[in-house]
Amino acid sequence: MKSARLTTHGILFGIGMTYVALLILLPLAVLAIRTAQLAPADVWKILTTSDTLAAFKVSFGQAFLASVFNTATGIPVAFVLARYRFPGRKFLELWIDLPFALPTAVAGIAICGLYSQSGWLGSWLEPLGIKVAYTTKGIFVALVFVGLPFVIRTVQPIVENLDIAEEEAAACLGASRFYTFRRVIFPALTPAIVTGFSMAFARGLGEYGSVIFIAGNIPGESEILPLRIVHALESYDYATATILATSMMIISFVILVAINLLQKKHALKH
Amino acid sequence: MNSPTEEPTWLRRALIAFAFIHVALMIILPFASVIAQACSDGFATFTRTFGSRDTIHAIKLTLLIALIAVPLNTLVGIAIAWGFTHVKIPGKRTLLALLDLPFSISPVVVGFLFILLLGKHGLFGGWLEARGIKVIFAFPGLLIATLFVTMPYIAKELIPLMDGRGREEEEAARLLGAGWWRIFWKITFPEIKWGLLYGIILCTARSMGEFGAVAIVSGNIRGRTNTLPLHVEALFQDGDLPAASAAASVLAILGIVSLVARTITDIKAKAKSKN
Repeated sequence: MKSARLTTHGILFGIGMTYVALLILLPLAVLAIRTAQLAPADVWKILTTSDTLAAFKVSFGQAFLASVFNTATGIPVAFVLARYRFPGRKFLELWIDLPFALPTAVAGIAICGLYSQSGWLGSWLEPLGIKVAYTTKGIFVALVFVGLPFVIRTVQPIVENLDIAEEEAAACLGASRFYTFRRVIFPALTPAIVTGFSMAFARGLGEYGSVIFIAGNIPGESEILPLRIVHALESYDYATATILATSMMIISFVILVAINLLQKKHALKH
Repeated sequence: MNSPTEEPTWLRRALIAFAFIHVALMIILPFASVIAQACSDGFATFTRTFGSRDTIHAIKLTLLIALIAVPLNTLVGIAIAWGFTHVKIPGKRTLLALLDLPFSISPVVVGFLFILLLGKHGLFGGWLEARGIKVIFAFPGLLIATLFVTMPYIAKELIPLMDGRGREEEEAARLLGAGWWRIFWKITFPEIKWGLLYGIILCTARSMGEFGAVAIVSGNIRGRTNTLPLHVEALFQDGDLPAASAAASVLAILGIVSLVARTITDIKAKAKSKN
C-alpha cells in the first residue's frame, strides 16, 4: 500500500487520528499548561497540606496493601487455574473476570452493603470490633476487589507456558517439589508478578467509584486522592486539583513505563 | 502415586479449595449481596425505584450516551485499526501507548481534564459561554467524558486482529479494482467480526457504566444530568440502600453480558483458529 496516494482508507484513518489527538491529547496538554502556570512555592505548599499528605498516605497505603494481598493470593490461584483440572474451573475464571466487567458504582454499592452494619459480613465483623464500613479497611476491601484479576491474569499464562521439562529435570536431580517451586517455577513468574502487582497498584491509586461508597471519605483520615481532587473542585480550588491531578498522572506514567520496560526486558530474555 | 512434577494430592485439594473460598469471599459474596439487597422487599423495591421519574430519566440519559458513543467509537476504532495495519505511518508504538492512556488515568482526573478544557474557567470556557453553549454540567460534557474513557476498546481489540492478518488479501482486492467499501465489507469484516463484536460490547458496557469521569462533569443534577450510575450514588446518599441496590443490579447486568460475550467470542475464536 503506497502511503503517498490519497486513498479513501487513508483519509478515514487521518480523520480517526485527528479525533484521537483532539480527544486525548488536547485535554492532557491543557493540564500541562495549567500546571506550568503555577508557582513552585504554591505547588509545594499545596502538596504538603496535612489533608493532601493524608490523602496520599491513604491512597498509596491501601493500594499497596491491597496489591500485596492480591499478589499473595493471586499467585496460588493463577497456579491452580493454569495447572489443575477440576469441576468448576471455568466458573471460577468467569468470576475472577467480574471486577473488570462490572461498573464501578455497582462494585461500590455491593461492597458497602456487604460490610455495612446490617450487611452479611458487617453484621458479624462489627461486634468483633472489626469495623470495615467507613474506614480505611473498607478502602482496602474495595481495592482488593478491583485489583484481584490483575496478578492472576498476568501470572496464569506464564504458568501455562512453563516448560515442564525443567521441573522434571529438577525432580530427577532430587529436588523436592517445594524446592522446585521455589527455585525453578517462582523465578520464572517474577516479571509477571511484578507487572500484575504494578497494574493492580496503579488501578488502586486512581479508583473512585468502587471506593467512595464504603470509605469514610473524611479528609485527613479516610479520604482517597481522587476524592481529594473532587473536594478541591467543589470548593473551586483549581490549583490543588491541578497539582494533585498532575501528580497522579506522573505516578501513573512512571508505573506504566516501568511495566513496559519490564515486559521488554522479559521479552528479550526469552 | 503422583508424578515427580505434581504436588501431593492434599496440597492440590487445599489450593483448589483456597481458590474457591477466596473468589467466593471477595467476589461472589459482594455480588450476591447487592442482588439480595435489591430483592429484599421482593418486587416492591424494583417497582418503586424504576417507577420514579428520576430513575427513568437516568436510564434514558445513559442509553442516549451509549447510543452516540458506541457507533462513534466503532467507526473511529475501525478507522484507526485499519490505518495501523495498512497505512505506512511513523510512531505506531506511540499510537498504541496513546490508546492505553484513557485506561491508565484515574476517572476523576479525566473528568477534571475536561473541566479544565471546557469548564467555565477552562480553556474554551469563555468561548463556549459567549455562545451560550453549555458543555460541562450538561449532556455534551457527559458524552465527551464518556467518549474519552471508552474510545480505545474497539481499536485495541481490532488492531492485533487486523495486524495479525496482514495486508495481502486487501491489497490483492485493491489490485483487482475493488473499491474501499467493498474491500472492507467483503474481505476484512468477516474476519474481524467476532473481535469487533466483543469490542463493541465492552465499549457499550463501559459507556453505560462509567462513574468517576461522568460524576465530575455532570454536576449531579437529578432528572437532568444524572446517568444511571450517578443515580445509584444519589439514591445511596439519600440513605435508600435497597433502591440503590436495585438500580445497581440492573447495571450489574452489563457486567454479566460482558462476561458472557467474552466467553462466546473466546469459543468462536478458538473454533476459528482450529480451521
